[in-house]
Amino acid sequence: MARRKMADRVRVKTMMPPGHVRTPAYLRGKKGVVERRLGKFKNPEQLAYGLPAEDQTLYRVRFTMAEVWGDSAECPTDTVDAEIYDHWLERV
Amino acid sequence: MPHDHLSPSGHPYREDNDHPLTYWQRMEIAVRELLVEKSVLTPAQINAQIEAMDARSPANGAAVVARAWVDPAFKARLLQDAAAASREMGFDLGPLHLIAVENTKEIHNLIVCTLCSCYPRNLLGLPPDWYKTRAYRSRAVREPRAVLEEFGISISNKTKICVHDSTADMRYIVLPARPEGTEGLSEADLAALVTRDSMIGTGLPKHP
Repeated sequence: MARRKMADRVRVKTMMPPGHVRTPAYLRGKKGVVERRLGKFKNPEQLAYGLPAEDQTLYRVRFTMAEVWGDSAECPTDTVDAEIYDHWLERV
Repeated sequence: MPHDHLSPSGHPYREDNDHPLTYWQRMEIAVRELLVEKSVLTPAQINAQIEAMDARSPANGAAVVARAWVDPAFKARLLQDAAAASREMGFDLGPLHLIAVENTKEIHNLIVCTLCSCYPRNLLGLPPDWYKTRAYRSRAVREPRAVLEEFGISISNKTKICVHDSTADMRYIVLPARPEGTEGLSEADLAALVTRDSMIGTGLPKHP
C-alpha cells in the first residue's frame, strides 16, 4: 500500500509474530526518530524461508537509552540506532 | 600417564573428531560433491574462495581508516557511502552495504548485532568470538559504558555514546579519531595504529 513519507517520529509496533524477524524485542513499543532512510530491501521475514519477498523500505531509527530502558538507563542521553523495516513502524 | 589427558607439554589433548557427522555437515558435503560432480565448481575454485575469505583481515579496514585520516575528500566519501569508498581502494566487498560512523570528542560509536553476529567480514575478516556471545550482544545496548570499561576504555560523561545495532541489511565500521601526535606519520604507519577493536568501538587506536 502506498503511503506518504515516513514521519520523523515513529514507534516500533508491539506485535510478536513467530519466524525470522529482524526487529529486536527490546525495541518493540519504543519511540524513536528516523535517522535516515536506507532504501528498499527484500523483507527477510519471507526471504528467510525462500518465499517470494516483497520490497520494504528500511529505516535507521535512533532511540534514547531513557526511552529504551527507562529509569534504569545507564546514561539516559546515550542512544542506540537500529535498522527497522517500514511495516514495523507507525507514526507517533 | 594416558588417563590424565595431558600431552608432554602439559596441555590437554584435544579430542579427535570421531563423532558422527551432524545433519548440516552431511548436507554441506552432499551439496559440495554435487556441485563438483555436475561441473558447476571445481575443488580448486572452492578452495580458492575459502582462501580468499581467510585472507580478509582487519588490516583492510585499517587501510581505509588511515586513508580517511590523511585525505579529507576520501573521508567525506567514506561517511557518505563506506562500501563505495572502500571499493575505490580495491577492496572486494561483494554486495555489502557499509556505514562508517565517526568518533569525535563529542561522540563515541559502538557496534553490535544483538540478533546474531552481523559484522563487516568482507572488510574486517571474521568477528572475534566475544562479538558473538550473548553477554556482549545483550550488554552492549544495555550498559555500553560498563562494557567499554571492561575493554579498558573510560568514556567521559561529556561524550555521548551511540550504539549501532546491525539488525538488518547494513554493516558498520567505526572511523576512530586520529590520535594526537601523528602529524608526521605516513599512511602506512597510521594504518598500523588502527586496531580491529578500534573499528568496532571497543577499543581506541594505538599511539605511536
